[in-house]
Amino acid sequence: MSDTRTTGFPGVEQTVLGADEIIINMGPQHPSTHGVLRVKLRLDGERIVDSECVIGYLHRGVEKIAEHRSYQQFAPYVDRMDYVAAVSNGLGYCEAVEKLLGTEAPMRAKVVRTILTELQRISSHLLWLGTHAIDIGALTPLFYCLREREEILKIFEKYCGARLTTHAFRIGGLQYDTYDGFEAETKRFCLDFSHRVDEYEALLTENRIWIARTKGIGVLSAADAIDMGATGPVLRGSGVKWDIRKAMPYAAYDRYEFEIPIGQNGDTYDRYIVRMQEMRQSNRICLQAIEDIPAGPIMGKVGKVLKPPVGEVYHSIEAPKGELGYYIVSDGTTQPYRVRIRPPSFINLEALDKMIKGHLVADVVAIIGTLDIVLGEVDR
Amino acid sequence: MSALLEFLKTYMWPLIFAVVIVAVLPLLAGYVVLMERKIMADMQARLGPMRVGPHGLLQPIADALKLLIKEDIIPENADKVVFWFAPVISVTAAMLAYSALAIGPFFQIAELNIGLLFIVAVSSMGIFGIILGGWASNSHYSLLGALRSTAQMISYETAAGLALVGGVLLAGSLSTREIVQAQHGGTWYVFVAPIGFFLYLVASIAETNRAPFDLPEAESELVAGYMTEYSGFRWAVYFLAEYANMIVVASIATTLFLGGWLRPFQGTPWMDFLDFFPPLCFLAVAGYCFYRTPKQPEPIQSMVMALFGGLCLLLAAAMALPFVPAFAASKPGLHGAFWFLLKVSLYIYSFMWIRFTFPRFRFDQLMKLGWYFMIPLSIVNVLGLGVYRVLRQLQWSRWPAFVLTTGGTLLVAIWLVWNAQKKAAAPSSVGDMTEAEG
Repeated sequence: MSDTRTTGFPGVEQTVLGADEIIINMGPQHPSTHGVLRVKLRLDGERIVDSECVIGYLHRGVEKIAEHRSYQQFAPYVDRMDYVAAVSNGLGYCEAVEKLLGTEAPMRAKVVRTILTELQRISSHLLWLGTHAIDIGALTPLFYCLREREEILKIFEKYCGARLTTHAFRIGGLQYDTYDGFEAETKRFCLDFSHRVDEYEALLTENRIWIARTKGIGVLSAADAIDMGATGPVLRGSGVKWDIRKAMPYAAYDRYEFEIPIGQNGDTYDRYIVRMQEMRQSNRICLQAIEDIPAGPIMGKVGKVLKPPVGEVYHSIEAPKGELGYYIVSDGTTQPYRVRIRPPSFINLEALDKMIKGHLVADVVAIIGTLDIVLGEVDR
Repeated sequence: MSALLEFLKTYMWPLIFAVVIVAVLPLLAGYVVLMERKIMADMQARLGPMRVGPHGLLQPIADALKLLIKEDIIPENADKVVFWFAPVISVTAAMLAYSALAIGPFFQIAELNIGLLFIVAVSSMGIFGIILGGWASNSHYSLLGALRSTAQMISYETAAGLALVGGVLLAGSLSTREIVQAQHGGTWYVFVAPIGFFLYLVASIAETNRAPFDLPEAESELVAGYMTEYSGFRWAVYFLAEYANMIVVASIATTLFLGGWLRPFQGTPWMDFLDFFPPLCFLAVAGYCFYRTPKQPEPIQSMVMALFGGLCLLLAAAMALPFVPAFAASKPGLHGAFWFLLKVSLYIYSFMWIRFTFPRFRFDQLMKLGWYFMIPLSIVNVLGLGVYRVLRQLQWSRWPAFVLTTGGTLLVAIWLVWNAQKKAAAPSSVGDMTEAEG
């Protein structure tokens, strides 16, 4: 916090408070900090004068672990970063290593990856919607969202046996081919889903209380968003049309038609609208992709032991929360020399201090919700 | 000794009623919680409590037992006396309000000529329990919750009180019994003063700290507001006070606006078949229970289900009692209580419905709604009903008087909303919000 003075003890600083100010600790155990985020709030009444984010409660040293595992062994670890979007994490890692190896997955694998990743995006956004709504006090949408998310998780479970930390993809392609009825089930879900989004929007989009609670709250201008390196719906909510799926297509995204929804004011309501539209667009991609999954092999020509040539690679994908990047340095052995991960939640979280200043305590939870952070990814 | 007998003779029924209220109210509050959870589950595509007893029927008892045997924790730096005393104030205020409420023409502890005033005065004492509890906990979250509830309750108490004044104007009495009797044979006041009823509905939700006005205990913001540091039995007492308060405001609304213990269409002879509704209603529930009894997975659950069915059968028999000529005199008492409780339940149901539908207001928005909309409108509403009363005395017939006064009040409401929207449409920024602070 800004006004600090030193105490008699070296390194211990004390915050100087105004006469009417109090400091409250939001988290790490608080119902709506979405995990173990801790925010120190300096309040004047209920208005936020200053704030400070304290993170690291869920630090597991994922990047360090990578240096002691072979390339394949590290793949399941990335699922544990953004654990509500494990498939997306896996896709980013697998593609980064493939890039390092100079190979590519076969087309069939790419299309299946696209479908599963888009389903994962929908499920991640559903969880965001439910928790965001419950933060603002609407109890009911969460259960509808979980109902649809369950359908997606069932598809994952049938595909690879796991629901949350799926480890769905392998370096070079896929381990499993699609199961019988995968196309039919996914299609049924997608056709049904657009009506379900209408239902959620009926509950919230034009609700006067919802609008009053989200419009003009946590405004992030486009310039600020770019300066802070915000990506994903947070950036697009501020009106910047930037989506890696379009800008640097990976997997099979260049085959499908979809739009990039953007907001105008960069407030919480715009980010809500952007994510709702994104769910519809993801649904659209799934419907297109499911129509023709090309036949062919699912695994590219990759050896059992991966020894990428000496070199480095950066590969990023559009994860549900924003740009998820992997920077991998290879020293020619079976283990990466260094893996650096660019987690979207961590970088989007930086905007929090700026967004909540001057707002009320009630808005803090709305803004934490709208950033859609997952602490597993922030802390790694 | 004879003085004691004399005392008992005079106050026998009030004493019995008081014991019944004190004994039954916590149980009733527990079952209101169960109903809330079941209704919530129904609206959210799930089942709700299903484990303890058939369909979770014993859940409230299990919850109460759990809370009773929990460790009693008082935070180290809390003001122990106040911390101990605060929940007691809350629950006392809620229970005391029942002393003047008439559940049916006979079931009333004390017939006060200032009944309504007494109820409003006593139930607003409950705020002290919340403020003191929040302050004594010595926790920032509790303090914020307590501050919020103070501001909120004071603001909405005004609107609620003024909405009640409208009803009192129409009835010409403050006694709960006379207010209900004034509606006998005539129209319930909800149809005479719909805006007053609406105002009271909104204000009573705010007064009982229910969503969308549940800011004092906003779970996602203040953890549990003023109750953050409370646990175990003390917490249960707060909880009881909250639900008892809900029943109180529902009872007030029922008395004042929904005709109290009167049957719908009382005074319309061809609607008299509605008299059969109370016993048939219980009979239907009992029938369903017996139908489900053999389908329960465990013998103990079948037993409880059969027991519950038997209870309903007993109640059906009690409700059918007035049809026996010898007991015809018991009809107003028994059926009155049934209709009263039915109306109270419907009112509470609407509370729950609203809770599961709407997001929560923010503090400054709540204050704006209270001071810029609710209070002005309730003043105009009182004025409108006063005019209605005068017009009726000037021999105007009901409809023109109603259309004139309610229409006028409605126009004011529309103007208030339009005005608020015009203000909201003006460009607002973060800096602008300082002046909006309640």
